[in-house]
Amino acid sequence: MVVDELSDEAVDRVFHALADATRRDILHRCVRGEPSVSRLADVYPMSFAAVQKHVAVLERAGLVTKERRGREQLVRTDADAVSRARTVLDELEAAWRGRVGRMADLLAQPPDSERHKASTGRAG
Amino acid sequence: MSVISVEKDVDNLSLILIAEFDAPVELVWQLWADPRQLERWWGPPTHPSTVEKHQLAPGGEVTYFMTGPGGEKSYGWWRVTLVSPPRSLEFTDGFAHQDGTPNADLPTTAVQMRLTGQDGGTRMELRFSFGSREHMDQLERWGAFDVFPQSVGQMDALLAADAADLRHTDPS
Repeated sequence: MVVDELSDEAVDRVFHALADATRRDILHRCVRGEPSVSRLADVYPMSFAAVQKHVAVLERAGLVTKERRGREQLVRTDADAVSRARTVLDELEAAWRGRVGRMADLLAQPPDSERHKASTGRAG
Repeated sequence: MSVISVEKDVDNLSLILIAEFDAPVELVWQLWADPRQLERWWGPPTHPSTVEKHQLAPGGEVTYFMTGPGGEKSYGWWRVTLVSPPRSLEFTDGFAHQDGTPNADLPTTAVQMRLTGQDGGTRMELRFSFGSREHMDQLERWGAFDVFPQSVGQMDALLAADAADLRHTDPS
């Protein structure tokens, strides 16, 4: 049994990488194919260099790898099954960290809002 | 920090998350038991969730959808297997078709939730288990990237910002 405990730093890198909508979209596209950096640059209203920076952030987080083929640089996710499973667990963790944060937020609200509703009966 | 530990077991395809809240068990339970409260935290601010059916009883069903910035909707459902207020809830979480009926082709995740009181606060333990490696792979291809990562958007803020900033991102 391998209990995987990512270091805080590695987790932070993954979360930082996934915090941006463009990077999530890039990752999404890499799951479905192996787009080149220049093809990605055509998709978004930003410069080639800006897209390259986004790809570099994903790369540092270990979410994608770059491979040079001819004049193209192909971007792809790691196809290894274990790492895919890990990605799912990471995303599940990220999703639930978000949810737990929102739960804590609701619980911290002053008594005249949600907490009041909860203690005096159901809303709606 | 609400999340105090996350243990991922890639071999056994499971994840255990432990969180602590500075609120009594009954209030944390209400976050799950009251559909109006559930929809305030289930989806991220960019994809607010709407809970339609909410039957917290064994065999009961919870159905919901999340609405994205472009108006696109992702549907999901829970099948409740155990409910013991205000301490535990177990359910299977799955994806649904656009008409809200469960999509049997997509994998499901078993979720066990337990609340324990401690020093006036509450400890919440969540266990997630996947049926098989294929299910996880499928989740990655279909589910995870379509539904889960939308919650990720807030991750950075949640980890890096203080509570005041968080409230700012959660329109109420």
